[in-house]
Amino acid sequence: MTPRRKRLYTVLGILGGVGLATLVAVKAFDNNLSYFYDPSQVATGKAPGDKSFRIGGMVTQGSLKRTPGSLEVSFTLTDFANTVPVSYTGLLPDLFREGQGIIAHGRLQGGVFVADEVLAKHDEKYTPPEVAKSMKKMQPPAGDKT
Amino acid sequence: MGKDVGTWTWFHKLASPPHFYRIAGRMIPWFAVPAAILIVASTYGGLVMAPADYQQKDAFRIIYVHVPAAWLSLMCYMTMASAAAVGLIWRIKLAHALAAASAPIGASFTLVTLVAGSLWGKPMWGTWWTWDARLTSELILLFLYLGYMALRSAFDDLTRADRASAVLALVGVVNVPIIHFSVVWWNSLHQGSTVLRKGGPAMPAEMLWPLLVGALGYTFLYAALACIRVRGEVLIRERNASWLKELEAA
Repeated sequence: MTPRRKRLYTVLGILGGVGLATLVAVKAFDNNLSYFYDPSQVATGKAPGDKSFRIGGMVTQGSLKRTPGSLEVSFTLTDFANTVPVSYTGLLPDLFREGQGIIAHGRLQGGVFVADEVLAKHDEKYTPPEVAKSMKKMQPPAGDKT
Repeated sequence: MGKDVGTWTWFHKLASPPHFYRIAGRMIPWFAVPAAILIVASTYGGLVMAPADYQQKDAFRIIYVHVPAAWLSLMCYMTMASAAAVGLIWRIKLAHALAAASAPIGASFTLVTLVAGSLWGKPMWGTWWTWDARLTSELILLFLYLGYMALRSAFDDLTRADRASAVLALVGVVNVPIIHFSVVWWNSLHQGSTVLRKGGPAMPAEMLWPLLVGALGYTFLYAALACIRVRGEVLIRERNASWLKELEAA
C-alpha cells in the first residue's frame, strides 16, 4: 500500500467513524432533540407530566378566548388527532391567530397546559397576498400542519 | 501513461505556487464584478420587485440575505473540508492554503446567517434565539470555523497546523447534513426548506428568482474573497522562495 493510499483510507476512516458515531448518538437522543411535543404525544402521556416542556400544534378554529381587560388568553392546540387546552397570559407574536401553528412552553396543570411563552411557527411556503386570497376562495381553509 | 501526463499538465502547473498566485490574482475581477452585479440585482429584485408575503408581509424579505448566506456557510465548509482532505491525502500545500483561506469567509457567512435569522425570528416567531435543532447546529458550525482558525494559529509550524486543522475540518463535516436535515429529522421551530423540497420550491417565480440570483452572487463573492485570501496564504508559505524575491524586484 502506498503512503498516499494509506492516507486516503485514513481520511475515509475518519469520515466513516465520525459519521457512524454521530448516527448512533442521534439515534440515542431520538426525540430529545425535538423542539416540541405534539398534542397526540401529550394525550398518550409521552410528554413529561411533572416538568415543563414545549407543545406545538395548530390553534383550533373558534377556540380562542380573550379575557377582556387583561392579557389572558385561552385556546386549544390540535394536531387533528388530539387537542390540548392552553392558557397563557402575556404578549402574543404577530403571527398568532386561529389556524396558525404555534409552539408554547409551559407545563401541564390538571389537564390544562399553562404556558409561559408562546412562539409562532410558520411553514416554508411564501405566497403573495392576492394569490393567498384567491386560493382561500377556491378551497375551504385546509389546516397547514406544522 | 504518456497521454496522461499531457492531460494533467494544467493541473500540475496550477499546483506550482508562482503560477497559482498569478492565476488567482487575475481571477479576482472575474469573480468580484459578477458578484457585485448579481447581489445588486438580487437585492433590488427581493426588496422592490418581489411581492410581500401574505402572512409575514415585508419581514419575509430578510430571506434574501439569510438564505444565500446560509447556503454559502455550508458550501464554504464543504469546500474547506474537501480542500483539507486533498491536502492531507496528496500532500498538496495549495489545497491546505485554500482550506485556510476559506475558514474566515465561511465563518462570516455563518455569522450573517445567524444575525439575519435572529432579526427575522424576533418579529415572526417572537424570539431572537431558541435552542431548536436548526439554530443550534448552525451555531455549532460557527464554532467549528472558529475552532479551526484557533487550532491553526496555535501552531508555529505551518505543516503541522495544516494537518491538525485538516483533521478537525474533516470531523466537522458530519455537522453539514445535520444542519440540512435538522428540520426534517426533528420537530423544530425553524420551518423546512423552501427551495430544496419535494414537489419543488414553495414560492412563486417572482419571489424565487431574486433568491437564486442572490445565491449565485454570494457564490461569486466567495470565489473572489477566496482568491484574495489564498494569495495571502501563498505569500506566507512562500516567503523565502526565490520567485517572490524576483516578483518583489520587478
